Amino acid sequence: MYNQKLLLNQQRAPIYEALEEFRRNRVVPFDVPGHKRGRGNPELVRLLGQQCVELDVNSMKPLDNLCHPVSVIKEAEELAAEAFGAAYAFLMVGGTTSSVQTMVLTACKRGEKIILPRNVHRSVINALVVNGATPIYVNPDVDRTLGIALGMKLSQVERAIEENPDAVAILVNNPTYYGICSNLKRIVELAHANNMLVLVDEAHGTHFYFGEDMPISAMAAGADMASVSMHKSGGSLTQSSFLLIGPKVSQGYVRQVINLTQTTSASYLLLASLDISRRNLALRGKEAFSEVKRIAQYARTEINKIDGYYAYGEELINGDSIYDFDTTKLTVYTLDIGLAGIEVYDLLRDEYDIQVELGDIGNILAYISIGDRMRETERLVSALHDIKRRYKRDKSGLLDREYISPQVVMTPQEAFYAAKEEMIPLEQTEGRICTEFVMCYPPGIPILAPGERITGEIIQYILYAKEKGCQITGTEDERVERLNVIKERL
Amino acid sequence: MDFWFSELHTPSVKLSVQVDRQLYSEENEYIRLDIFESPEFGRFLTVDGYIITTERDEFIYHEMITHIPMAVHPDPKRVLVFGAGDGGVVRELLKYPNLQRIDMVEVNEGVVEACMKYLPFCASGLEDPRVTIYSENPLRFIRHIENEYDVIIVDSAGFYGPGESLLSREFYGSCCRALKEDGIMVNQHQSPFYDEDRLETQKAHKRILENFPISRVYQAHIPSYPSGYWLFGFASKLYHPVKDLHSRRWRSLGIETRYYTTNLHRGCFALPAYVERMLEDVENIPD
Repeated sequence: MYNQKLLLNQQRAPIYEALEEFRRNRVVPFDVPGHKRGRGNPELVRLLGQQCVELDVNSMKPLDNLCHPVSVIKEAEELAAEAFGAAYAFLMVGGTTSSVQTMVLTACKRGEKIILPRNVHRSVINALVVNGATPIYVNPDVDRTLGIALGMKLSQVERAIEENPDAVAILVNNPTYYGICSNLKRIVELAHANNMLVLVDEAHGTHFYFGEDMPISAMAAGADMASVSMHKSGGSLTQSSFLLIGPKVSQGYVRQVINLTQTTSASYLLLASLDISRRNLALRGKEAFSEVKRIAQYARTEINKIDGYYAYGEELINGDSIYDFDTTKLTVYTLDIGLAGIEVYDLLRDEYDIQVELGDIGNILAYISIGDRMRETERLVSALHDIKRRYKRDKSGLLDREYISPQVVMTPQEAFYAAKEEMIPLEQTEGRICTEFVMCYPPGIPILAPGERITGEIIQYILYAKEKGCQITGTEDERVERLNVIKERL
Repeated sequence: MDFWFSELHTPSVKLSVQVDRQLYSEENEYIRLDIFESPEFGRFLTVDGYIITTERDEFIYHEMITHIPMAVHPDPKRVLVFGAGDGGVVRELLKYPNLQRIDMVEVNEGVVEACMKYLPFCASGLEDPRVTIYSENPLRFIRHIENEYDVIIVDSAGFYGPGESLLSREFYGSCCRALKEDGIMVNQHQSPFYDEDRLETQKAHKRILENFPISRVYQAHIPSYPSGYWLFGFASKLYHPVKDLHSRRWRSLGIETRYYTTNLHRGCFALPAYVERMLEDVENIPD
């Protein structure tokens, strides 16, 4: 698309090839890492294997340098850009968190406004704490039965743009953790007509670039930047990710922003895994993701045969706040068997040795990917069946809301650095302004972000989520019994 | 010719069997299957490199996994068998004249075909009209069945990527539901001897205890399996494996066996002290 110079050979994997060559050359290491191909740390070699520790090497001429790529890393980035249809692609080693933060730090600065749905990942608001920009939240639509936050309605985006013509960017989840997509193409048109950049969090959307009959990808929709979690549905190692940009964004400036916070000792295990996974998806992604869809669809059908569970799919699409649905996501609504999602999530692990991606108030999410097979899928379905048989109970008394609209009083940065009253018991914080994050992890979407008012409903929600066994994170108090709030009572 | 089949029983212990020739080899989405001819064990079947059935000692395994539950249940009419593609369990079951129906779930059609061709001493009964073979995933087959079978035999020896789904809690839960209220389930329980295998034994025992009120373990000597010493699990909703044994009734059936006897039946539930302790370890874990 943007790379019209020449078609690159997607069979190549330049970083991987350079590492292979480097290994054959048997170079004597008088540089870091100090384990020296594992010799200095035999226990680590036993755990990871000789081949793995031999690849844990430092940047050097034949292997390029991620902070300023000129050879094999640059080639790998160009290949990735072509595979994703982007003007340029950056290999990222700080997780998709680093990609998302780079997008925000590139697009806006202190005093500027950015429009975003409130159900963003914490990394977005973290970036606002760092750079001092002001979030303009679009409250997502909420599905009343399922309790989950949906996409942004176009009318809401339009209104946010009208009310904030000075905003510089719009951030969109494509899709949400639960697989829900907004009308990205229209949002891009609206944003561009108003001189705003479009940043897309595609932590859960790598496969949109390779599979058939998938929701539209950020680059295909004409967005300006996208963060793609290659390590989620793409198959690379945990913590590796891609940051994609379109033609309007300066490649050199983005590199400078990345280098503000990125390590200068990037792991070649992560880089090589990105390179190889990109090659795999470019060559075989279409077939691989059609199999993923098939498995997810099969599981959905089988789970929906069990009375009491609802594995939702494309029938949710409503043309607006659920403009499209990612059918590789297997999310199951559990409240009708009288169990919170997090309770089913815990039972699956503790009693059935099955680990799913997330359990929240009303749902579990099983991540189906290119590594899945039918036999494990059958286990998941049968385990859900057995859980219903053994643990079903009356559903009264269960909370059914995942999402509470926040009351934003000040920017995340102002609140985070404001004069605080520290460690106030949670129950006594009603009406105060929180200076820190509170979230269930996963999904990592804040219940409270710095600068938001704590309400009775939110306190009830946090207490309930704790009681049900959700992992609550973000606060200075590691037991989340106390919160930091702003000193003045606003 | 110096041609040997070897199987690692632990990372540092190996059993080698001299082979005359390889009769068959197949690899599909689930497993790799090989059949060899050997001087000592006769024909033998391996799955993913593990010996599953040998002509020489298969009678021990098949008799012990079949006749123990069949001699306890007073009137078994419908039996469900998992795995068992070699046909050995079905051959033993067909010795019971009152048995009406055998459903066999073997995900691998290839196993059945190869065994019918190369292991006729085992597979001869698979074409009997009382037998229906379902080529389906076991969990999928069983999860919607309720109150249908008198006996379920889980002959999982390494068949589905080391029998994993047949060692799961959801599988035993589904089996319990599929059995009638006086139903019996028997499964193979690995060898208690080597550390890795012992953990499997304990896990299987724990998973069964969670689902059945009666769960007892019995033993047999199987030379071609790791350590040569093998355990089976007897799980039931009502009958005790020894107190409810009907010796006279079983003997009156006139079934011919080479390993199983009703005397051995009583004895095989008496376990070595180290095995008893190992089972007690999981029995005492509070749920």
